[in-house]
This record gives sequence, C-alpha cells and structure tokens, in this order.
Amino acid sequence: MKQRAAVLGTGQTHHTSRRTDVSLGGLCREAVDRALADAGLTSADIDAVVLGKAPDLFEGVMMPELALADALGAVGKPLLRVHTAGSVGGSTALVATSLVQSGAHRRVLAVTFEKQSESNAMWALSIPIPFSMPVHAGAGGYFAPHVRSYIRRSGAPSHIGMMVAVKDRLNGALNPYAHLRQSDITMDSVRASTMLWDPIRYDETCPSSDGACAVVLGDETAAEQSSRSVAWIHATAMRTEPTMFAGRDHVNPRAGQDAAAALWREAGITDPLAEVDVAEIYVPFSWFEPMWLENLGFAEPGQGWKLTESGVTEIGGRLPVNPSGGVLCSNPIGASGLLRFAEAAMQVMGRAGEHQVDGARTAMGHAYGGGSQFFAMWVVRSSKP
Amino acid sequence: MTPTGPAVAVVGFAQSRSVRISDTTTNGVELLIPLFHDVLERVGMTKADVGFWCSGSSDYLAGRAFSFVTAVDAIGAFPPINESHVECDAAWALYEAWQKIRTGEVQTALIYGFGKSSAGVLRRVLALQTDPYSIAPLWPDSVSIAALQARLGLEAGLWTEREMAEVAARSRADAVTNPTAQLSGLVDVEKLLAEPYLADPLRMHDCAPITDGAAVVLLAAGDRARDAVDRPAWITGIEHRVESSALGIRDLTSSPSSAAGIRALGGADGVEVAELHAPFTHQELLLRRALGLGDDVRVSPSGGVLTGNPMFAAGLARIGAAAQQIIESHAGKVLAHATSGPALQQNLVCTMEAA
Repeated sequence: MKQRAAVLGTGQTHHTSRRTDVSLGGLCREAVDRALADAGLTSADIDAVVLGKAPDLFEGVMMPELALADALGAVGKPLLRVHTAGSVGGSTALVATSLVQSGAHRRVLAVTFEKQSESNAMWALSIPIPFSMPVHAGAGGYFAPHVRSYIRRSGAPSHIGMMVAVKDRLNGALNPYAHLRQSDITMDSVRASTMLWDPIRYDETCPSSDGACAVVLGDETAAEQSSRSVAWIHATAMRTEPTMFAGRDHVNPRAGQDAAAALWREAGITDPLAEVDVAEIYVPFSWFEPMWLENLGFAEPGQGWKLTESGVTEIGGRLPVNPSGGVLCSNPIGASGLLRFAEAAMQVMGRAGEHQVDGARTAMGHAYGGGSQFFAMWVVRSSKP
Repeated sequence: MTPTGPAVAVVGFAQSRSVRISDTTTNGVELLIPLFHDVLERVGMTKADVGFWCSGSSDYLAGRAFSFVTAVDAIGAFPPINESHVECDAAWALYEAWQKIRTGEVQTALIYGFGKSSAGVLRRVLALQTDPYSIAPLWPDSVSIAALQARLGLEAGLWTEREMAEVAARSRADAVTNPTAQLSGLVDVEKLLAEPYLADPLRMHDCAPITDGAAVVLLAAGDRARDAVDRPAWITGIEHRVESSALGIRDLTSSPSSAAGIRALGGADGVEVAELHAPFTHQELLLRRALGLGDDVRVSPSGGVLTGNPMFAAGLARIGAAAQQIIESHAGKVLAHATSGPALQQNLVCTMEAA
C-alpha cells in the first residue's frame, strides 16, 4: 500500500546573515536549482511542490508561497504550504514524502527558507499572547531553564555545552554552505564569549541566517531511473504535544520519545546507537545535543552527555552528530529542519563532501519546534527498504 | 498516476455559527472544542480514535506568530498526537490528511480550520499576500482586486451586475435554513442593484461578509467510514493547482487552475450539488463556467461563503457541506471547491460519491 520513496537530490544556499542581493524568490531558487541539478532533473520533471517556512511575520509576507509560485516552478501544479513551527523543515519533508508514498505523485519538490534579515525573528516571537507565557527576548530565554533543569537532573559537568559548540563549529568549517565557519574555535574562546541566557553563551547559540534548502523526492520508478545514488526513506514520524500543562517534562518531552520509538520501530532498529551511522539533530543551543540524544533513545536518561564528552558524537566517533555543523552553524529557521533531513540524505548518498562520514549507510534527520513540542524525523539508508 | 490506497470518506462535519465579531481569542480554542465534541460524538468516536490531526489557519489573520500552536490546546494532545498544520485554508489540510490515510499509515483524520477576521482589517491584511517587492507596497486590498476581476468579466460580456445580484439573493434565500449563516433572508434584486458601489462594480451584497468562525471535518477509511455513518461521502478525487502570482499575466476572467483540476478528475458529469468557495458573486458565475457545471447543478445550497466566510475554514466547510448532501440527504455525487490567494489564484476541487 505504502509506496517506496527516496531522496533523489538536495540543494542549499550559502547561509549567511544578510542576503540583500536576492529576493525571497531568488533565495529559494538557488536551493531549488541546486537540488534539481543534484538529482539530474529539471522543473518540468516535478509533479508537485511543498513549501515550508516558520511564521510569516519573520519576513512580513502573508502566505509567501502564493507570491513565490512562479519562482518555485509551481505554476499549474499542486502547491502545499506547511507550517509547524521550528520543526517545519522536517514536516515539509515528511508531507512531501507522504505525497509520494500515497501514490499521488512521482516526483515532489520540498522547499524551505527563511530570510531573517527582512524582519526580526526575535521580536516577531515576542508578541504578548493572552493566557500564554511570554517568550520575550527570543527562544534562548525560553529554553535556558530547560537546559538548567537538564544539568541539575543529569549531573552533567558544565563544559559539555562548550564541547558541543566547539565540535559543531569545527564541523561547520568543513561545510562550504555553513553560515559560521570557525576553524579556530577553542574551549577557551567559547568560555570567554558573553553569557546570554545562563548557561547558554553567545558561542553556544545558533546564528540568525538567511538561507534556503530544497529536496527532490521520488517514487521507486523515479529512483531507479536516477543515474546517481539515492537515499531511501525507511521510516518517518511526527508527534505533537501541548506547550504547557501540569506535569509536562520540558527536558525530555514525551512527544519526542514517542516519535523516536515509532521511527525506530518502522526502520527495524532496536539499538539506535549501534545501528545508526550518523545523525543530524536539531541543536539550536549546545546543550540540546545531550538532551536530544536521550530523548531519541541513543542514550539512557541522564547519560547523553557522556556520549558527547567521550567523543562519540565527533566525526570519526561511533555516532557522528551534526557533521554539517548543524543548527549551531546555520539557522535559516524554516529551512533548518529540512537541512537536517537533507544532510542525513547526503551522507548515505555519499555526497557530503569534506564532512562526509566514512561508510555512512544509515542516517537520521531530526527537527523540533515550538516549546519542544513538535517533532519530525526520518531514517534514510543507502539500501532499498 | 493511478490512485492507490484505501477508499476514504467524509463521515462528519461541524461548523461554528458565522458571526461578524466573536468574543473569543484569536487561537480558535473556544470555537473548536465544541466542534470536536460534536463531530466525534455523532459517530461514536473519541479523540483517541483520531489517527491524524491536520489544521489550517493564518498567523497574519491572528496578528501574531505561531497562532496555530495554541489551537492545539483545544485537542488535549496528551498522550502526544500525530499532527500537522498548513498555513492556508484547511481544505488543503484535508488534502494532506487524505494523502496520509492513503499511505495506509492511519485510518482516520480530523481536520480543522479557524479564523478570526475581526482581529484586523481583513481587506488590508489580505493585501500582504501579493508580491512583497512590487505589489504589496501599493496595498491593493482584496476587495479592489476582486473588483478589477469583476470589471474585466463585465466588459467581456461574461456576466452582468444583475446576474451578480441574483447570486447574492439566491445565496441569502438558501441560507434561511442554515443555522450557522451570518446573513440570510429574502432580498429583492432591484433593491440590491439600487445600492451604492463599495468598489465599483462590486456592491456590498457582491462581497462575502467578514466572519469569525471555525469548521471541522472527519475522514475515515474503508470499514471505519462504514461503521461511522450509513452513507459515507466517499472521496473520488481531490486536485489542486496554483496560478501565477502576477495578476497582469493571468486570465482573470477564467480559472485555469479550477478547470485543470476538474479535468484531472474526469469532469463534472453527474454532479448534483456543488459547494463553491466564491467570496464574490461574480466568482460563482466564473467558477460555474470553469468547472463545467450545468444549469441542473444545485450550487451552494448552504448559502455558501456569501452568507458566512470564516477565513481559513470556509474552503474546508465547502467540502463538509457538500459531503452532508450525501451523508444526511439523498445526493449521489457532489463537488466541493476551495480557493486561496488574490482573485482565485489557487484552487482545489474535490468530488465525492455515495457509493
């Protein structure tokens, strides 16, 4: 019933603070053209387009997919717009995947972007909402208490966050598309950076980026027609829970655990740490690496930081996490999730360049959003399911 | 491509009363909770029976980022749920949910849309859907853009102001039996034509009212649908297309994307009832022609969006209202249409049959 689906190609922009040289359409088109070229296809081969991005207030354009229809090559075709908060990049990939898995389309283009320089994301997030906790001064202020709670619960030493920052920024230096490429970063330089939201320092925080990412998905026939390697999609999962309720575990949310359990089950994975070769996990603040390693089942609760500390998550370790540099190096918000999914695919396609993990056959991509309440993830492999 | 997967049907529909200004917040929760209960109770289901939730809404309408996030509070989403959201009319959320069921991953889906247009000045808010560099700075409001379209059709001889007024009068007369309608009653076409223009050639009656409201549709596959209701409205196809954003290069007197949609569905032969998402009277006349609906097709017996137009829920409500013609009445084949964007830029067509 469920049709097989695969990633045929990926593309992204050179992420940076301000792309004043291009319009929203121009930005998306760069990623789309690269993804089509990577897949060896043209716009004419695409049957449907799915566009994802975070809140419209980030650019000040209502439902920008309408104005972007021409630039996306979507005119005359089905165009769907997804918005699931920070997880949207991942959700966009999963919605596009389901359009292939249902048998509706042969080739679907997933596109995501954010052009943060056209607006101010921090203040767009700071509009007071009746009966809701304010998120004044951006996401860092919201998530810092969760990190402090994690440190208290796990007893993790204070240098773990800095280790993640150093690792991801060094990885980013290997990625030509990364916004931050800091080959000279050290534990000392991270420690010396300004404390923003204790215990999150400036160097442990994601940048604000302009950028886009596109992925071409295809069915089995399209995958077999491809002259290049493809990434077969073995499992997908999405879960949601409310932002606030009494007794909610904000550090290790149930929605993430449930999504991961469903994901590993569908992929036939019983020991994620042993069976996954590389993971691209949504880590906007350094401490979320150990937190999500536990939430996803790569480590027992309270033990995730030990994987980071012992070098397991470095390139060359047993489970390289974010060899691309991750969200800590590039954060075009709406695209950040799809970048994780695309980078996972690039690894098993053997097309990750300098940050390629040797022998990567199984990879996972992960995104989360809202107040750690929306989760989207997939497992891709070089082999057919 | 040949459709695969299980047969999927609409088995439930609920809509809030359309009102000009509701005393609810912009997050939809107060409107949605009673609708969820209503639609699930009628088929003997609880929220635990829902395999997938999908919604449509707009941050710009609510005037704040992440407006859909608090709407999740209406569900009571713990244990966590399988859920997604589209930033457009919830008719497109239904499309996503329909595909999800067709993958075989889930058997049921609840789709909801909500919009509180009274939170802002709707016609100005919708101006921000146009190209942000060349068009939006001119603030072309949605009523004025529709007026340009109406004018082009008048000059091409495709419709008359009288025919437009007749659409308004018929819609309000039909809405007399619709308890959720915002506008209803018997009105005289001559009196309507004597009213002043709002945006020449559109008069007030040519434009959908500004509405706060929400709608919910329940989908189920195969036996789950047959267990839920006696006459499920089986979805025989959904097609949607987008047109260029450049108003100047579009043929505004037609709807090529609607026409392509119905072509892909094999035409409108046999359709008895059609619920059309036409927020302006001339658009109903335009869509009738584009979709190839004959004179024998009953159009928008609910009164349509000219008698209540909850943004981001109204397209979904067309699918629900059309399905009701099968579920609760005698129709054998119905059609629903939803639109999004300036002057019918994006259109979705859905056909449903009794068996």
